[in-house]
Amino acid sequence: MTTLNNTLLLANVSRRHFLKGLAAGGALVIAARWAPLSADEQTSYGAEAMPHGWVDDPNVFIRIDEDGTVSVVNHRAEMGQGIRTSLVMVAADELGADWQRVRVEQAPGDEQTYGNQNTDGSRSMRHSFDPMRRAGAAARQMLEQAAAEQWEVPIDECQAGVHVIVHTPSGRELGFGELAAAASQLAVPERDSLTLKPRDAWRYIGRDNVRDDAPLAIDGEDIVTGRAHYGADVHLDDMLYAVIARPPVYGAQLASVDDSAALDVPGVVRVIKVPGTGQPGGFAPLGGVAVLAENTWAAIQGRDALEIEWDLDVAGDNADYSSPAYREALEQAATEAGRVIRERGDVDAALDDAEQRLEATYYMPHMAQAPIEPPVALARLVDDKAEVWAPVQHPQAAREGVAEQLGIPLEDVTINATLLGGGFGRKSKPDFILEASYLSQALDGRPVRVQWTREDDLHHAYFHAVSVDRLEAGLDGEGKALGWRHRTLSPSIASLFAPDPEHKQDFELGMGFTPVPFDIPAMRLENPDASAHVRIGWFRAVYNLPHAFAIQSFAAEMADAAGRDHRDYLLELLGPARQIDPRDVNDTWNYGEDPDRYPIDIGRLRGVIERATEAAEWQRERPAGRGLGLAVHHSFAAYAAVVFDVEVNDDGDVTIHSADIAFDCGPQINPERIRSQMEGSCIMGIGIALHSEISADQGRIEQDNFHQFQIPRLSHTPREIRVHLINDDPEIPLGGVGEPGLPPVAPALCNAIFAATGKRIRRLPVGDQLAG
Amino acid sequence: MITLTINGQQHELDVPDQMPLLWALRDVARLTGTKFGCGIAQCGACTVHLDGEAVRSCVTPVSQAQDRDVTTIEGIADDAVGSRVQQAWLELGVAQCGYCQSGQIMGASALLKQTPSPSDAQIVEAMDGNLCRCGTYSRIRQAIQRAAEHGEQQA
Repeated sequence: MTTLNNTLLLANVSRRHFLKGLAAGGALVIAARWAPLSADEQTSYGAEAMPHGWVDDPNVFIRIDEDGTVSVVNHRAEMGQGIRTSLVMVAADELGADWQRVRVEQAPGDEQTYGNQNTDGSRSMRHSFDPMRRAGAAARQMLEQAAAEQWEVPIDECQAGVHVIVHTPSGRELGFGELAAAASQLAVPERDSLTLKPRDAWRYIGRDNVRDDAPLAIDGEDIVTGRAHYGADVHLDDMLYAVIARPPVYGAQLASVDDSAALDVPGVVRVIKVPGTGQPGGFAPLGGVAVLAENTWAAIQGRDALEIEWDLDVAGDNADYSSPAYREALEQAATEAGRVIRERGDVDAALDDAEQRLEATYYMPHMAQAPIEPPVALARLVDDKAEVWAPVQHPQAAREGVAEQLGIPLEDVTINATLLGGGFGRKSKPDFILEASYLSQALDGRPVRVQWTREDDLHHAYFHAVSVDRLEAGLDGEGKALGWRHRTLSPSIASLFAPDPEHKQDFELGMGFTPVPFDIPAMRLENPDASAHVRIGWFRAVYNLPHAFAIQSFAAEMADAAGRDHRDYLLELLGPARQIDPRDVNDTWNYGEDPDRYPIDIGRLRGVIERATEAAEWQRERPAGRGLGLAVHHSFAAYAAVVFDVEVNDDGDVTIHSADIAFDCGPQINPERIRSQMEGSCIMGIGIALHSEISADQGRIEQDNFHQFQIPRLSHTPREIRVHLINDDPEIPLGGVGEPGLPPVAPALCNAIFAATGKRIRRLPVGDQLAG
Repeated sequence: MITLTINGQQHELDVPDQMPLLWALRDVARLTGTKFGCGIAQCGACTVHLDGEAVRSCVTPVSQAQDRDVTTIEGIADDAVGSRVQQAWLELGVAQCGYCQSGQIMGASALLKQTPSPSDAQIVEAMDGNLCRCGTYSRIRQAIQRAAEHGEQQA
């Protein structure tokens, strides 16, 4: 059995009429909530440590209508990871519900009611599995008790079947719907009286549902028929369509605008200036000039017709920001010592004494999340109450932002989360929602949809941080590593919210840099300064990307210098299977998880390496021009290794024959969606390795659309992607899924390119570096 | 006033000739299954059929769609090939976020209507302009192959 958290409480909210509408009729509403910590419990982890994660309000709900329909409220954002299906599977399974009679309702943004909703950090299942199971189990026991009372039999003679309670001695049955009204009058069972289903009784959890004909994706049919609703698919009468011209440089402001030509465009209704907030930008709008029209096309044309002067002086040195010069500056800074993050032994002596000394500098550029659905939001105000429809990863941030902007109470802001047409971190920042609410207020509450174009999305993203990582190692005569020095430089996401700290924060360094799992006698990890000149934000897997790229590339370089097999060498760097307390390696963050429950497990790192290499037939010789590349990484409480089989021709064209991905996230709740997340991570990582780059020239982003910001296509897709899920062990606490597959992809691919060609890629993307 | 035949139904739309078909469909006819992704025919999210052929509606002036049959994702189930493609998409669990999948399905349907048993190279040629940020490409390829197989069985 999975260890359940002791602070979980249950409450029957239907008795308290907590949810207006939801708890209507004889419906049973059951809620699981996290109890607040007592004052003497200083440290909290996991869900309890998240904002509103543990407040005394319900965060998951089950409703059973009298017709037997089971509704499960999903409070997390759905952006392709399948959480609307997976969380419902969990509750339905514990409840004993028939999948055909289960539906999902999307919660509005309301953390006071639902608990934390910030869908980020690969946390949804990790933090919601236990509460959802217990909610399902409690509801099942209440139905059993209602049946027992109706039949006047002992409760232990009543057992849930599929959507029915069965009186086991007589075989009599009552449907869930027939029992819902009576069950809703019962007290919620005490937490310690709940019986969770044993694993072998699960019908949905852990099942490979596409192949076994168990649950299909809950939104699947709506998606393939065009009925699924994303951010731009909500229509309100009298709404206007807005497109905004934003300052081309971070921190710049509007100087003047001539809107006469814009107003002459048929369909354009208004032009409104949107104030900007300067720096730090936070989640606030960048400001600019909005063109509002009767349709999107007119708004776009109107914007094209604006004549705008921008004040670039107020942007300071952001207006001088150019990527090649910045890269050079970071590479120069990387040659000097920086703030020491972690130290073991005497690294200078180890490097000086080494038989062989290696040094390499790696570069990863800015990238944009570029979900195919660009940011979009619809807002209106009615009687000083705001309502928003938007694809949003972090509805609470949106709600707080709108309330503050409009000067209205939080409870007067409703955030309706639509499906997200991809998120990848971009939609955790509600700047685009605050643009819509601002404009609606300026029009006395008239509904306004703000539509970002692709150019807007690429020019004004919250960019993945550009990074330089410089590594040095000293090897002894047999190639064994004696010393390791790693300096990492990137602008920090913290620059969004406060004066630029010019250093990565603990949570940023904790993503694969500080807890580097190598067993080397002398190590020093340093973080020199780097400043931010564009908005920096979360991008899927965040700083794990450059850290894994540098560390896993350099480990392969060390193996090559040592004349050793890369896999064997990597296993030796990791050392024997053991558990490392993150605190012992100065990692105070550990993805917010309890270091005792979530140690760094070297055995699991070894396990994914062994599985991936075995599947890829690592030992088999490849013909000339073809090679295998390996990388491994631990992040978001999960372990991933990737092996690519790559061929590079004389023109430098890369053909990826196969990818073997071994992934260990502990218990596999929805393996089918875990597999698809790994496939997607593989594709995105190929793009990071080969194609994707955002660059700035004098503070302006140079890429306008997908012809310049290249993301992977079908033709870049490996012939085969084989996903190997291992370690489905109920004794292990759950790991993340959405992000941890991504970090090892780019270094594995670059290591394969090296194996195929002898050319070492240290600067991403590969682009045309292999040509000629 | 422009008259369009969309999924077999006539629509009178009061839009300028040069408005891209995408915005006429979405904002005026309020058929929102067709998606906006790039506006310059670089991503394929807006793919619809004109007389059975895949076009990027974001760069197709609405006037060009007059006197032709416009088919969108909302109407593709009425087409035997389109219906098979949708079914294959479901069977293989292709969609992640799903946003680009309208365009993918329209692209795949147009391919299979013209080339019922496409080679891998033909699949890439037809589908390489349909971007998916979630990275569902290998399942897209498999789903097209499966829909083709089902088509052969029924032929």
